[in-house]
Amino acid sequence: MDQTRRGVLKGAGTAGALVAAFATGALRPADVFAAWNKSAFDAKSTADALKAMNITSAADSADIVIRAPDIAENGAVVPIDITSKIPGTQSISLFVEKNPFPYVGTFNVAPGAEPYVHVRVKIGESSNVRAVVAAAGKHYQTVKEVKVTIGGCGG
Amino acid sequence: MNRREFLEVLAAAAAAGLVLDSRAALAQASADALYRVPRFGNVSLLHFTDCHAQLLPVYFREPSVNIGVGGAAGKPPHLVGERLLKAFDIEPGTPEAHAFTYLDFEAAAKTYGKVGGFAHLATLVKRLRAERPDALLLDGGDTWQGSGVSLWTKGADMIEACKALGVDVMTGHWEFTYGAERVKQAVEKELAGKIEFVAQNVKTQDFGDPVFKPYTLRTLGGVPVAIVGQAFPYTPIANPRYMVAEWTFGIQEEELQKVVNEARGKGAQVVVLLSHNGMDVDLKLASRVRGIDAILGGHTHDGVPQPTVVKNAGGRTLVANSGSNSKFLSVLDMEVKGGKVAGYRYRLLPVFANLLPADAAMAEIIARTRAPYEQKLGERLAVTEGLLYRRGNFNGTFDQLILDALMEVKGAEIAFSPGFRWGTTILPGQPITLEHVMDQTAITYPFSTLSELTGAQIKEVLEDVCDNLFNPDPYKQQGGDMVRVGGLAYTCVPGAKMGGRIVDMRLGGKPLEPAKKYKVAGWAPVAEGASGEPIWEVVAGWLRARKSVPPRKLNLPRLQGVEGNPGIA
Repeated sequence: MDQTRRGVLKGAGTAGALVAAFATGALRPADVFAAWNKSAFDAKSTADALKAMNITSAADSADIVIRAPDIAENGAVVPIDITSKIPGTQSISLFVEKNPFPYVGTFNVAPGAEPYVHVRVKIGESSNVRAVVAAAGKHYQTVKEVKVTIGGCGG
Repeated sequence: MNRREFLEVLAAAAAAGLVLDSRAALAQASADALYRVPRFGNVSLLHFTDCHAQLLPVYFREPSVNIGVGGAAGKPPHLVGERLLKAFDIEPGTPEAHAFTYLDFEAAAKTYGKVGGFAHLATLVKRLRAERPDALLLDGGDTWQGSGVSLWTKGADMIEACKALGVDVMTGHWEFTYGAERVKQAVEKELAGKIEFVAQNVKTQDFGDPVFKPYTLRTLGGVPVAIVGQAFPYTPIANPRYMVAEWTFGIQEEELQKVVNEARGKGAQVVVLLSHNGMDVDLKLASRVRGIDAILGGHTHDGVPQPTVVKNAGGRTLVANSGSNSKFLSVLDMEVKGGKVAGYRYRLLPVFANLLPADAAMAEIIARTRAPYEQKLGERLAVTEGLLYRRGNFNGTFDQLILDALMEVKGAEIAFSPGFRWGTTILPGQPITLEHVMDQTAITYPFSTLSELTGAQIKEVLEDVCDNLFNPDPYKQQGGDMVRVGGLAYTCVPGAKMGGRIVDMRLGGKPLEPAKKYKVAGWAPVAEGASGEPIWEVVAGWLRARKSVPPRKLNLPRLQGVEGNPGIA
């Protein structure tokens, strides 16, 4: 018996509508964010994007956890989880540093909401993934490397 | 004669320069000398892995190059030849020295004969189980792939043999290259009630639901024991992703910790990881995940005589790796007292076909499953004048033969052949049969290709694969060897960073030009929709045109910065 949720949904005839993955592009259109920071999205380096967002410094923090594959199974859709344990987390921003446009987006965390996001992003080549958290007027960051390989040749 | 005396006699004979006739050499000692393993404690596990569908005895040469970089340099499993013997206190010139190293391979192979074979393995399993009636037999995977018959029966021959062998639990890797549907069908129907397939790190892409049971809880000698499965984490990367498009893999450390905690919560006093991570990944994992007593590992085909003991926040974890090609059987006896492992004994037993009589029932099964293919497989294509083997970080003589055939048949200047670690060994003077060629090539995506690649693209491919082998972080390694390269000379700097490991690439003495296009032949493309003549037909055709194949000239990179590394002979 197929006990996966996909199987249950297929059985119920409602498959397909519930895949809850955000694609990078979904965060871009201006109608999603009224205050879309065009210069941050157009920036070609993380440093420039941060500048455009008026973030001058971010302290390294072990209280931000990025969960991402060490080696991506498919660079076109890499699942990434970010959790912030920093009290008063207001937003979580994500950057894929080697992408042509590193800034992926910012998730605002409503008061009382759990500071956790799950996204699927395109990663063109092996790159650091950087999460920047805003909390109580300060910024914090952490980094994880995701390797993207051409594949083949496994033992 | 006890085991020590037996080894001394053989060592003395070897020292005297005697080339012993195999039966005579082995007849000097009863199999008891090598295979007497008195039971210890109250919980016993038997483990084999990466047999790659080798049902009959084979020759298998261990590597002479297995370089460890970073923290792995000079530590097991990255020891070869004499350095390995010394580290594990194994007498040179003994059957065990032959089993664990490449040393004096041809002469020793003639002396001690073939290794492995399920009929011989079955005899050993029965012998060990006679003293350990409730011992579990664990199979680490890469079981259904590696031979012509397994390919043509989609692993059905191996499933039948494993059930007869008495395998209790398995996990997988190459099994997945038959496609998700075949694996599910085998697990749910053919293995049902006999062999449990466990893998905590395979989930559905959509919701992250488990595809397989993550672990099984058994009671052995009155002690609850959990066997957690860990499939090869990089299956969709190292092998075609389209075969398992709806599944996601990965190491999944945090999930593993949860599974271990859950098993402990349900009363498990012993937790063992049946792993297809590869030994370097297992060593790192053991330092980070708490509550695993032992990792019985495979994938990297390392025949490591004794486990490495890794300390972590929860205590200590044994990390073992049990070789390949049904050449070895691990025996892990544990004494569990007061809910904890209080002591252990471990042996990695080489399976010498001449020392272990064939089990009749198993021999009959093998003969029956082979019968429809026997004639085809037995075709003698040519005789080899040199030793043909595959295993080693950079190249093997059988790979060189494949590269030579590819370049000649396809009219290519350069050829690539994947750094697989399976594939058996053929002694000089032996006929090369179609079966031997299948042993090196039997995969579900065997297409041979001819492409035009620029010098820059060639460099990119080599750097990419080299990083899978020498990235200092084991979690970023994939456990295969370097892609074998024909025609092109290069220098490899294993300790450099990615992008700087492949230097001084030359074709016919001239530096490779980044913008120039070159004709490159290859096989085993992982992209969907690839096509081409199966590689075994290319190689078989090339061999048929020759009666005799002279020793191959190995194209090896010049190595830089690893002088004195005990992973190089």
